Amino acid sequence: MSKRIDVSDLNVYYSKFRAVEDVNIKIDAKSVTAFIGPSGCGKSTFLRTLNRMHEVIPGATVEGKVLLDGDNLYDAGVDPVTVRSQIGMVFQRPNPFPTMSIRDNVLAGVKLNARRIGKSDADDLVESSLRGANLWNEVKDRLDKPGSGLSGGQQQRLCIARTIAVKPQVILMDEPCSALDPISTLAIEDLINEMKNDYTVVIVTHNMQQAARVSDKTAFFNIAGTGKPGKLIEFDETATIFNNPSVKATEDYVSGRFG
Amino acid sequence: MTTNALTKPGGSGRTGDKVFSTASMAAGILILVTLFAVALFLFLQAIPAFTADPAEVSGGKGFLSYIWPIVIGTVIAAAIAIVLATPVGLGVALFISHYAPRRLAAPLGYVIDLLAAIPSVIYGIWGYLVLAPVLVPGYEWLNANLGFIPLFGGPVSQTGKTMLTAGIVLAVMVLPIITSLSREIFLQTPGLHEEAALALGATRWEMIRMSVLPFARAGIISAVMLGLGRALGETMAVALVLSTGNLIPSLIKSGNQTIAAEIALNFPEAFGLRMSELIAAGLVLFIITLAVNMVARWIISRHQEFSGAN
Repeated sequence: MSKRIDVSDLNVYYSKFRAVEDVNIKIDAKSVTAFIGPSGCGKSTFLRTLNRMHEVIPGATVEGKVLLDGDNLYDAGVDPVTVRSQIGMVFQRPNPFPTMSIRDNVLAGVKLNARRIGKSDADDLVESSLRGANLWNEVKDRLDKPGSGLSGGQQQRLCIARTIAVKPQVILMDEPCSALDPISTLAIEDLINEMKNDYTVVIVTHNMQQAARVSDKTAFFNIAGTGKPGKLIEFDETATIFNNPSVKATEDYVSGRFG
Repeated sequence: MTTNALTKPGGSGRTGDKVFSTASMAAGILILVTLFAVALFLFLQAIPAFTADPAEVSGGKGFLSYIWPIVIGTVIAAAIAIVLATPVGLGVALFISHYAPRRLAAPLGYVIDLLAAIPSVIYGIWGYLVLAPVLVPGYEWLNANLGFIPLFGGPVSQTGKTMLTAGIVLAVMVLPIITSLSREIFLQTPGLHEEAALALGATRWEMIRMSVLPFARAGIISAVMLGLGRALGETMAVALVLSTGNLIPSLIKSGNQTIAAEIALNFPEAFGLRMSELIAAGLVLFIITLAVNMVARWIISRHQEFSGAN
């Protein structure tokens, strides 16, 4: 239930402006990969191209290949809807559907594409997904209450439960803890550590300690200056990136000399 | 002398605040007073119609049997308008907000807003001269094929000046209200919710069903209710388009009447008891509109917990 991602020569454009330049990266299955780098370096933009969510942004286009176990996401005839059902995404701010109950939030993705699910199957899936997101014990008595009544950290875990309920191959996380307090952040980080047993996880983070704590490999993105495209500077084992990077800019960034 | 250092010499020095709060409170009270004054006027002027000898009231059977048919007529005309305009209006609004390419969306929005700027008397003339004759063959077809349903009972009006025509004209008139209000609401859907649906693998229509429509629910209801209010109270278009008569079930035969048109057509020549009757009819219309608004508020508040607000 997890696949690898190979990206080759990927460029992202916002209309004419090149936002991300020539990214080549291989993301292993069942691993956690962190993207770090200063604001505006294109790491979130790049993350979105991994499940074609950048297409939601007007004017954003992509050149290059993203292979999910060998299948190119950008081949003609590939439906972004199919891509996104295999590569899920968790966002910066928790975004449960406010009009749905906790239970319906978890089942939201499963009920798409006119799929039907029996009541007992649905109950099982809700429980396993919420357990998978370490949220079950906190919400099991109020599954029919609105998801928007939970705390921020619980909402974010609800969003993770919703994402894993559709059983994706890959889960992308775009700064999932930036709107959360330290305790909720810890809960999510623990969860990410467990998730890599089943999924390929890619996480964008501004918090270098977080990258060091949760990831197996780390990619450092940087820009030469405003108006220049973002580039992948270095990609290696997390320990190497933080202790013994081969590029000067990486060392400056992880040691806090800039950014 | 002990003075509090925190008090300011020379008055409070917050004249601006006071002026503004007084002004805004006065404005608020003015609305209540106006509403109350209108209700009181209607009620006082209408009393003679309620207390009069039933034989003297128009129709000769008392006020209730006078008002009943035109209340039903009003509701039917407004209902036709809303049933026709709501799906079209929501569809157009969704098209503008979520489907149309940007280059097309803006001009289309303006055109819809322009529809709202056309005076109702123009709609009335258009319905009378253009729409009604055009619809006659359609009515004949309806009567021939669905004539067994009383709604489409014959004989068909040869001028087309029927309840259904009036309802269609009203639908065109309330369409811009429903469209532009719901379009505004649709556009306000938080991008976060839309992305949440898309990232789960939702198609565009599923995204709209999962995030846009639930978010816009209260707004849609308000838009429809505002449209309903307009359709209930609309005078000129109905007065011009409808060839009035007694209450009949058929929508494609001459007949029926609405409160607003009844008042507009008869008021200039009314005096004495007849005047009171018409004012009483106005009071009834006022109550219907008020009830519609209250029901709408109740529907909206019932789902507060699940609204997008929290």
